[in-house]
Amino acid sequence: MTNAQGLAKLGAVLGILVFAFLPVAGLPAFYDSFFYLVFFWVSLATSWAILSGFAGYFSLGHAAFFGIGMYTTATLATKFEVPVLLTLPVAAGLSALFGVTIGAVVFRLRRLRGELFALLTLSVTFVIATVILNTPIDGGAGIFMSAVPIPDLLPTPTGTIYLLGFILCLATLAIAWTVAHSRLGMGLYAIHDDEDVAEAKGVPTFKYKIAAFALSAGIAGAVGGVHALYVGFITVSGTFELTVPLFVVLMSVIGGSRHWFGPAVGATFITVLLYAFISGGEAMVGRAIVGAILILSILWLPDGLIPALKKWRVRRAVSQPHRAEVAPVVPAARPIKDRNILEVRAVTKRFGGLQALAGVDLDVREGEIVGLVGPNGSGKTTLINVISGHYPLTTGTIAVDGVQIGALPAHDIARRGVARTYQIPRPFTNMTVLENVVAAAAFGGPSRSSKEIRDEALHWIGFTGLSGKEEVLPAGLNLHERKFLELARALAAKPKLLLLDEVLSGLNPTEVDNAIQLVRAIRAQGATIVFVEHLMRAVVELSDRVAVLNEGRLFALGAPREVMRDPRVVSIYLGKAYAA
Amino acid sequence: MPSATLLGQALISGVLAGGMYGLLAMGLSLSWGLLRLVNLSHFALAFLSAYIVYELGTKYGVAPWWSAAMVVPVMFGVGAAQYWLFDRFHVNELASLLITFSFAVIVEAGIQIYWTADYRRFETHYSTLSFKVGPFFVPVLELVLCVVASVLAWGTWMWLRKTYVGKGLRAAAEDADIAAAYGVDHRKLAYLLSGIGAAYAGIAGTFIALIATLAPAQIWAWLGVVFAVVIIGRLGNPLGALLAGMLIGASESLAMAVLSPAWAPVVSFSVLIVILLWDPEWL
Repeated sequence: MTNAQGLAKLGAVLGILVFAFLPVAGLPAFYDSFFYLVFFWVSLATSWAILSGFAGYFSLGHAAFFGIGMYTTATLATKFEVPVLLTLPVAAGLSALFGVTIGAVVFRLRRLRGELFALLTLSVTFVIATVILNTPIDGGAGIFMSAVPIPDLLPTPTGTIYLLGFILCLATLAIAWTVAHSRLGMGLYAIHDDEDVAEAKGVPTFKYKIAAFALSAGIAGAVGGVHALYVGFITVSGTFELTVPLFVVLMSVIGGSRHWFGPAVGATFITVLLYAFISGGEAMVGRAIVGAILILSILWLPDGLIPALKKWRVRRAVSQPHRAEVAPVVPAARPIKDRNILEVRAVTKRFGGLQALAGVDLDVREGEIVGLVGPNGSGKTTLINVISGHYPLTTGTIAVDGVQIGALPAHDIARRGVARTYQIPRPFTNMTVLENVVAAAAFGGPSRSSKEIRDEALHWIGFTGLSGKEEVLPAGLNLHERKFLELARALAAKPKLLLLDEVLSGLNPTEVDNAIQLVRAIRAQGATIVFVEHLMRAVVELSDRVAVLNEGRLFALGAPREVMRDPRVVSIYLGKAYAA
Repeated sequence: MPSATLLGQALISGVLAGGMYGLLAMGLSLSWGLLRLVNLSHFALAFLSAYIVYELGTKYGVAPWWSAAMVVPVMFGVGAAQYWLFDRFHVNELASLLITFSFAVIVEAGIQIYWTADYRRFETHYSTLSFKVGPFFVPVLELVLCVVASVLAWGTWMWLRKTYVGKGLRAAAEDADIAAAYGVDHRKLAYLLSGIGAAYAGIAGTFIALIATLAPAQIWAWLGVVFAVVIIGRLGNPLGALLAGMLIGASESLAMAVLSPAWAPVVSFSVLIVILLWDPEWL
């Protein structure tokens, strides 16, 4: 295996060297130009995928960032005589800044759906194009680059442009690889699958999306800067064409936009194909065939080429021992401490005209298990959603471990030790069980090395009985296993406070018994638990205290058996007749 | 500042030109809002229809209304066939956008191969006809287009609102499974709607042939504006699409008169961006 890896590395280095010095090999200039175009599209498609493939926000505005880069380099080089190499970082910086600005506005929208993002970015392109056309930046005449001195990195100008394109392409691929294998990448993949859950698990979604947007736009800007040299004459209609965003999307989708190397494969494929038809004089037939290929590939390979190939390969076994040692459950003598871990004060939540919570006060002590019950619509899940930061408070305060969290974003609350599960499991669907739990541990828990995080994740997978399913996608789990995956994700974050939303619903009696054992074991490890549950047997068996909500208010609070016998509580469940 | 007459004329021309935006937007709005399919090939179908009307008119002397009577049903069939494809492969919104884009590229290539990239114009004796109201000129063809678009928009709106078929469609758009549980045959309605949307492209194409200069690349020229119109007019609402089209047409035309023609594209997109950021309840 190491031999094969060594060979692959050697091959890559050799390949890079060969490509770097191709222009001095004395081949006809046609090759410089052709390979430049391949590098150009690879860089552009890969940069697009960093935001749109990884995080799933399809942008149709890539021409805007690319165009800003082109015009930055062209303007600086022609009007201010700045050396070309110096203009490239400026082009990248301006584009990135522009991306950040758009992101800062757009990502604050409450209901930003995918197609709206696509159209907003497309609209921005048209606006920028019009502004550039009508201001002295272009003025409608276009910019000639012929007088611009091209640095002589290589003997010929075309060779230099080729080399710049090649370096940029390598850098782009390196950035994409790094992002894909980093914490940022993990967060972006989580955002792609379920943004709300990602936020609740501790991913700073807003910051990450902005970072991805900046990277994506910045690279496109630099690519545009080099491309200005290549085309030599820059016009608005040639720059802000629809073909740029659409080709970039097409290439990424064909190759696989969630994989760092997918867009590169798609871009190479399409560029070669188009070139073959153009050189054969059948450009239009080529375009039509590219269109047909895109249709077929979306219908039959919706994830793209690279992921489809990956699925073929047998999933390799996890190299770590599967079954991590599960600590034996030692029931603590008196686990409940006097300190409050959660303090909810006069919390209200209003949705338009609906008052979901009408002033709830609740203290939960460290190590306690509190059952949250009440009729449907009484505000139980809303309370969980408010504590975990999914909904902002209308009024009132919430403190966790003495820190006010009422105004914090959900990911911040998660990092302060609040984890939750969802009534209907919401795993990250494109991640394996292990990746799901690793993501939760990495973002919700204390910062640790990636090996520690992985061990932690494997431990909780074993703890919840999911050993052997590490490499399975959530779609391959049954409901019972998906519920336990929810638990494993919550536990991997090492929460101080665990909020469980109907973990038992939909389980059969044996599975319920297992789950009850599991919740006890979790408490034995020192977590405080607030759980919403309809199954009274579990509530009575598990809770130290029971809180009854009714019509958005705390209706009763106390030991389970006493509360359940309280005639007022019986009446809200069954009506007045039974209360007597 | 230009004179009041000029502004008034700009307003009239703008509203009438906006009728075309509205007509194109209607079909898109229906399939996006009610079928959750973003159909970029709508423009390609409109231009294909325009070229066919042009071909029949210039080569064989067929009157445009007879051509339309033939083209519109054909387009209905194309729309229904497209829906078959989407349904067969469970295509989602983004995938539908990419597939219909590819479809549009193929149609564009086909048009360019058959009719070449040259500009084509269908000359008729009534294409430049206009009459005068006070100091203002009103072009007849554009007025007819607006009347047709209004009738279609109103009719479709009433159809969606008042008939069982329309109500079923709207219910299925909200939640196809629940609607099916109440006996709504979502598929049958979807074929119908997809066909109607494409038929509107055929009608729009007939007017494009009479009013505009044809070139294959023109397929993409209206894409941005019409999408802005679709969103401003609210997805799935044909009346909204028409009104938004006229609003955008008027504001573009005023911007041309007050600023300069080159600034017109900024208007529609600025309106769209502002509305999206403002995010009002009716959107």
